[in-house]
Amino acid sequence: MSDGNSNGTTPMFEIENLHAEIDGKEILKGVDLTVNQGEIHALMGPNGSGKSTLAYVVAGDPRYEVTEGSIRFQGEDILEWSPDERARKGLFLAFQYPTVIPGVSMANFLRLAVTNVRTARAEEIAAEGGSAQPFTPREFRRLMREKMALLKMDDAFATRYLNEGFSGGEKKRAEILQMALLEPKMAVLDETDSGLDIDALKVVSEGVNNLSGPKVGMLLITHYQRLLNFIKPDFVHIMHDGRIVESGGPELAHELEAKGYEGLRARTAEAAAS
Amino acid sequence: MVAKPQIDIGEYQYGFRDEEDYVFKSGRGLTRATVEEISAMKGEPDWMRDFRLKALDHFEKRPMPNWGADLSGIDFDDIFYYIRPAEKQGKTWDEVPEYIKNTFEKLGIPEAERKFLAGVGAQYESEVIYHSLREDLEKQGVIFLDMDAGVREHPELVKQYFGTIIPYNDNKFAALNSAVWSGGSFIYVPPGVSIDVPLQAYFRINAENMGQFERTLIIVDKDAYVHYVEGCTAPTYTTNSLHSAVVEIIVQEGGRCRYTTIQNWSKNVYNLVTKRAAAYKNATMEWVDGNLGSKVTMKYPAVWLMEEGARGEILSVAFASDGQHQDAGGKVVHVAPNTSSQIISKSISKGTGRSSYRGLVKVYKGAENVRSNVVCDALLLDETSKTDTYPYIEVEEERASIGHEATVSKVAEEQIFYLMSRGLSEDEAMSMIVNGFIEPIAKELPLEYAVELNRLIQLEMEGSVG
Ligand SMILES: Nc1ncnc2c1ncn2[C@@H]1O[C@H](COP(=O)(O)OP(=O)(O)OP(=O)(O)O)[C@@H](O)[C@H]1O
Ligand SMILES: [Mg+2]
Repeated sequence: MSDGNSNGTTPMFEIENLHAEIDGKEILKGVDLTVNQGEIHALMGPNGSGKSTLAYVVAGDPRYEVTEGSIRFQGEDILEWSPDERARKGLFLAFQYPTVIPGVSMANFLRLAVTNVRTARAEEIAAEGGSAQPFTPREFRRLMREKMALLKMDDAFATRYLNEGFSGGEKKRAEILQMALLEPKMAVLDETDSGLDIDALKVVSEGVNNLSGPKVGMLLITHYQRLLNFIKPDFVHIMHDGRIVESGGPELAHELEAKGYEGLRARTAEAAAS
Repeated sequence: MVAKPQIDIGEYQYGFRDEEDYVFKSGRGLTRATVEEISAMKGEPDWMRDFRLKALDHFEKRPMPNWGADLSGIDFDDIFYYIRPAEKQGKTWDEVPEYIKNTFEKLGIPEAERKFLAGVGAQYESEVIYHSLREDLEKQGVIFLDMDAGVREHPELVKQYFGTIIPYNDNKFAALNSAVWSGGSFIYVPPGVSIDVPLQAYFRINAENMGQFERTLIIVDKDAYVHYVEGCTAPTYTTNSLHSAVVEIIVQEGGRCRYTTIQNWSKNVYNLVTKRAAAYKNATMEWVDGNLGSKVTMKYPAVWLMEEGARGEILSVAFASDGQHQDAGGKVVHVAPNTSSQIISKSISKGTGRSSYRGLVKVYKGAENVRSNVVCDALLLDETSKTDTYPYIEVEEERASIGHEATVSKVAEEQIFYLMSRGLSEDEAMSMIVNGFIEPIAKELPLEYAVELNRLIQLEMEGSVG
């Protein structure tokens, strides 16, 4: 594949021949995808093609059963890991439809999440000269307020219950806030751009760009080229019926925008015939 | 060699037990002689002894309730009805026998007293062994005594109200309490006095097969306010203990009383309690009731709204884990027009636990413009736990607005997954969801108690996911 590992070291995140099913129905039918440190990949594809399924399987959703293939993160097979182990190792999924948890405040929840993730990565944090000492409630509130300001979120969200009564766009912002606080190494963002107004799209994209960098890998699931104007992908993949059927550079997203999936398929079929 | 006592501490943190060193312990079982002995030892006036004996009579005649929880494990002949642990009550903790003082220290009572309470009563077995009240409140005429001292020192006031809200023949367990009561609190708040921080009572059972029967009477005079909090624990034994209290409250015109319970008995205690308040013109009565412990609880705090403008509120949380049946709820009786009430009940059941909501909203003929709203939500943590609801509504007046809503839900897998995907363990995710579920009630508690409630739930949740 075009995004294969060029420098000879272990890729950061590698999916091979992944098959997964839910309630006995196979949804992923052999996905291959490699994301190296510092790369941003976009994943596009028609409704129902299996993009969210891939995201859930990566995060370890117990509803799905992996029947074949592997997912490796920093060289380790993660399929046996529970969702929280994955998070503690540095994986993150921004949900397409974040779940409402009544009565649980954003601040309380996130403080525990951040403490857990940082405690698990204590050695690494120490190696970088930091301290994984859990934040006091006050320190955490300050940190959270800082990140919320960057995302132009009102302070009130800290005490609101997790996703309860959040508008569609507010939920997406809250997902990015969580990502900013958890500082993952590999993030999958599932349609974080849908439901955002144009200003929010800019703010959220900035949030994503703040996190991305030479050490972080990203997989952006999106339907719209628009997002890719703000977050520049290195690679674009197209998923169809549980497989990645085409990969390319940013120009692929433009072509898709112009021709649609039907047009792309026609073009591929022609190429195959000739 | 000293044999280790047969106790099963399990995950219950307060299951420890003290060696007995008592001034007096009655024999097992209940007879007329037991009742007369209790009364004589307390040097009570005749009217109280007669009241006890009448109650005993009624108790003996009255059949066991055939509704509600299974009470077949209670053996009235096996119970100790009266234990006096110490000669006299302490006004400082130093006057309390060392081992009892240590127990209350372990329970955090002296510390809480120093930090945020206006007064404390600590009952050990049948007697209140420590009592205190902030001096400025005493000067303002606030009375906070154990019930026995109330009878001795304020006979007129006690006689006027005692047994008027809950008559001795109200139910079998009220009759039992009326016959053998000992300890509990007597509180009087004079007109216009608003007590800024809570008064607390703590009830500790120590002996095996103990029966604790405290009796509380609270009178809140016009425009006065008090928040009374009670907590309770006991050692864990393989045999059963019985706790059967009666609490009577009168809230006069414009007054407000809030009564908060964090019930955390060990899982061998039958907890059968009658609690009722009468609220007069524009008065407010609030019951905040948390039931985590006990083997069986049957408790339905009640408010009678006697005059116009009175308001009653009952917030109740129950957690039934393995082997527990929490049969809890609330009752409001609208006697007067323009009265309002709200009952919010939240229950959580786990393993073989069962929680039942049992409630009554009654509106008398002539009580116009009544508003009442009942919400009961049940959360099941697994496939085996059970919940049921028995909401009774009796409305004799057409112009009444009565709302009732009930939900039963399971912890959604997707909620657990969402939280875990952020690095929370499955246990942490579960307890976070459960604490969120009871948050509407927890936020009504003073911070210290909310923290305690969350912590107790955390303990109950530990190891709840296989
Ligand atoms: N429990 C289930 N049983 C059977 N099919 C299911 C089940 N859950 C999901 N699917 C199917 O899996 C397919 C892939 O769904 P998925 O959510 O991954 O699509 P998607 O590419 O993210 O689509 P969208 O762009 O609309 O978000 C869909 O056809 C969906 O109906
Ligand atoms: Mg999707």
